[in-house]
Parts: sequence; structure tokens; C-alpha cells
Amino acid sequence: METTEPVISLRGVRADLGARPVLRGIDLTVRRGEVVALLGANGSGKSTAIRALIGQVPVTDGTVELFGTPRRAFRDWARVGYVPQRTTAAGGVPATVAEIVSSGRIARTRFGLFRRDDRDAVRHALEQVGMADRAKDAVTALSGGQHQRVLIARALVARPELLIMDEPMAGVDLASQEVLARTLKDQVKAGTTVLLVLHELGPLEPLIDRAVVLRDGRVLHDGPPPSAVGRHDPRPGHDHVHPHAPEPIRTGLLS
Amino acid sequence: MDFLNYAFMQRALLAAVLVGVTAPAIGIYLVQRRQALMGDGIGHVAMTGVGLGFLLSTSPVWMATAVSVLGALLMELIRWYGRTRGDIALAMLFYGGMAGGVMFINIAPTGSNANLMTYLFGSLSTVSQSDVLAICLLAAFVVLVTLVLRRQMFAVNQDEEFARVLGLPVRALNLLTAVTAAVTVTVAMRVVGLLLVSALMVVPVAAAQQLARSFAATFAIAVAIGVTVTVSGTITSFYQDVPPGATIVLLTIAAFAALTVLAAPLARRRARAATAAEPGGDPAQCVIPVARGTAEEINA
Repeated sequence: METTEPVISLRGVRADLGARPVLRGIDLTVRRGEVVALLGANGSGKSTAIRALIGQVPVTDGTVELFGTPRRAFRDWARVGYVPQRTTAAGGVPATVAEIVSSGRIARTRFGLFRRDDRDAVRHALEQVGMADRAKDAVTALSGGQHQRVLIARALVARPELLIMDEPMAGVDLASQEVLARTLKDQVKAGTTVLLVLHELGPLEPLIDRAVVLRDGRVLHDGPPPSAVGRHDPRPGHDHVHPHAPEPIRTGLLS
Repeated sequence: MDFLNYAFMQRALLAAVLVGVTAPAIGIYLVQRRQALMGDGIGHVAMTGVGLGFLLSTSPVWMATAVSVLGALLMELIRWYGRTRGDIALAMLFYGGMAGGVMFINIAPTGSNANLMTYLFGSLSTVSQSDVLAICLLAAFVVLVTLVLRRQMFAVNQDEEFARVLGLPVRALNLLTAVTAAVTVTVAMRVVGLLLVSALMVVPVAAAQQLARSFAATFAIAVAIGVTVTVSGTITSFYQDVPPGATIVLLTIAAFAALTVLAAPLARRRARAATAAEPGGDPAQCVIPVARGTAEEINA
């Protein structure tokens, strides 16, 4: 396969939520092996861009392509791993860690029938995020960071070529942040293409090849990750609180 | 065991077992997607089907199936396209369905409010041979969907957005969930009644959650509770001459209360085990980190 093939291609994408236009013509290309961060303030449209990409939000104009195929015609979903915002993924019935991760394997099975390799893949994905010993626990018994690790295992269990993650570091404790950063690093090393929504670069900064900054549903910046404004403690887990700054500057990327 | 000598009781018990299996089996997915009261809404809509069955002199069970399946599909469509006005449209559907049922059965030459009552709250003696055949066929469909497609149903009802990226036909599975719930309502209609069927979809699942940590265990325990209460409720109804639907629902709620009381010590023990297993999980023993230094100290 050619190395320049775009894995994700959004061209002139517009989308509305209710009557409000949220995306006003977005262009975004992610090529094979790239790690791209989608940044922007709350309400800038970064989560909507991701959800338009996977088809959860209807697109009113423009084209969306995955692996060179228009999204509507795209069927090869086992190549895509998706980590939604944690708050969207809660059911009303208890489920174990293993049950949640197993659901990510369906794309690799025939009619949802599990074989031995599928069960092995579930165990391996849990090992990757350090949650193998919690396989039989209810997800409701986990901390926010552990829950996030489970959702990442659910995305990795199908061995995807493309990982799409929406705010994977939001509300995640320090120990889990380190596990997540390490897991992502292994994925990138293995050649996985990554598109992730971030509120700020944080501990993932060294992995990121390119940053796309959105404001008011438009692309404001597309290029190398901008360095943060001011002097920040470079250690992971340092909380970037700017009590003096209004919300749009909070990422430190827009000025 | 003399109740087994009566043909109508054999039919009622067979129907009761099928209700006990199917209602919690689809109910668990409704609870999972947080639409626990969907069965109640479908029950209201099904009343129009029963009324139409009497008016057109066809089988009320098949007519109720047809109408409630249509109603369930309409509910799903309202959920997609209605958004803000969705709940008002649903209210009109539910009460329109109920009013239609009362109206049709009153203008039907053979129908009466007494007939309608047996459909609303269940009745043992009125389960006919043709009802049993219909109930068996419909129950087979429900079991097929809830067991054979369990992984797909689990994924789509747990996290619809993620299911889309799995390539699952999300819309089709949502419609299938709604249709299966509608079919279950008509399976349960003869024994438990249209107005009480939703209890049997939701309460056994809630009771099972008191004991289970996994989805699979919740499913198994809920079905076990469902069969236990429908069979014991049907037998109690026969001996005490009380309405079966009400007996079954009260028994289900009693089972929920009993399991909640029993499960409290179990939950405490699990919580203790979890704290002991986790290093630093005990707040009294964890090390409190030193306060972060000032910016000058860090940058120095």
C-alpha cells in the first residue's frame, strides 16, 4: 500500500446540531502513520468533527472518506478503533470489563460468533492497558481512569490500523495517564494512524506529528503542534490551570 | 398437582413459562438502553390492536402483534426525527392507542369492556388453543433475537456511537429491539395483561442486578426470576381465585425486595475485598503526596 494514501479525508464538511451550525466547512487529511491532534476550545466543533467522521452526526455538505472510500460505502470497520468520550458509554445494566472489551471484537467475527483467537485478543487487549486482573469486575466499580483504559482496550481488541479517540485524557488520574501514553506510544511505533481530540497536548505532546486547531467550526491552524504559551511544568500530570485566562485561551494554542 | 388436570391450566402454564423467559430477555436490553418504560408504551398501543381484533372478528393476539409492531416502529422513528418534540408525539401515540382500543371494542358487536379487562390485566381461563400456538411462535422469535444476536444487541444498546464504528447496522438493530419488545408484549398479554407486562420486563432485571456483576449473569438470573414468578403466580391465581397478572407482578416486586435485602451483605463483602486487593485503596493507609512547589521552585 502506498504510504501517502489518506486514511481520513474530510473536505468542506458542514454539520448542524439542531439549528446551530457547528462545522462550517472543515478540511482535514490524516495520512497513514500520522498522529494528529484535534485541538480547540469547548464548542469549537472538535468532537462534532469526529462524530461526523464516524457517521454519528449527519453531514449537511462536503465529503467524508475513510481509507479512500466514501464513508457511506465504507464497510471495513475492523480497520478502525474508536474511543468515545467516556460519558457516552454507560448502559443501565451491569457489565464486566471483559464483556465491554469483547464487544469491540465483533467487527472481526463472523455474525458475532467468538472463537479462541477472539478470546485471546480480549485478554491481550486487557494486558496492554494493565487491566487483565480486573477482567471479571463490573465496570461501574472502576475509577474514571480505569474505565478509560477499558474503553481503549475495547478499541484495540480488533487490532485497528486507525485509532480515533475523543478526549482520552479527560478526567483521568496520573497512573492511568501514564498507561494510556505508553499504550498509545506502542501503537504509534507499530504504525497505527491516530486522530485524537485533546483539550491540551499534555503528556502526549512528544507523540504528536501535527495539530489541527478548530475555532467556531473552522480550521484555524494546521501544522506542527504549537508550543504552549508561558512556562509550563513539563512533567506529565501537571495541571494546566490558568485562572486569569478566559476560556478560549485555555489551550494556550490560540494566541 | 391437580391443577394440571385442567386443559386451560396447561395452556396458561405454558404461556406463563414463555412470558417468564421472553419478558426479562428483551427487557434487559430496554433497561440497558435506559428505555425501561418502552414496554408500557407498547402495551398501550397494543390495546388498539385488541379492539380492532374484536371489531374485525380476527384473532386479537395477531391483530395486537401487528398494531404494536407498527407502534414500536413509529416510536423508534419519532426517537430519530422528533428530538425535542419526541416525548409529546410519544404521549399522543400511547393515549391515542389506549383510546382507540376502548372505542373499537365498544363498537364491535362481540366485544365488551369485560373482554377488554381480560386483555388489560390477564386471565387464565381465556387462553385458547390458537392463542397458545401464536404465543409459542412469537416467543420463539423473541428467544432467537435475544440469544442469537446477543453480542450485537449488547453492543448497540450499551454504546450506540461505538456500535456504529463496529460497522453494526445500528438503525436496523434499534428497530429490531423495538419490534422484539412489541412481540413480547403480545406474548405476555393473555396471562399478565397489557398494562402489567412492562413490570415483567423491568423488575426481574432490576432484581437480578442486586446479585450480578456481569451482563450474562444478570440475563440468566432475570430469566430465572421471570419463570419462577410467572409459574408460581399462575398456580396461586388458580387456587386463590385472584387475577394472575396482579399476582405475578406483586410476586416479582416481592422477589426484588427479598434479593435487595439478601444482597446488601454481599455488596459489603465485595466492597471490602476490592479495597483490600487495591494497594493504597484504604484511605487510612495511603501516602499523601507532598504539596507541589511554587513555579519558581519548579523552574529553578
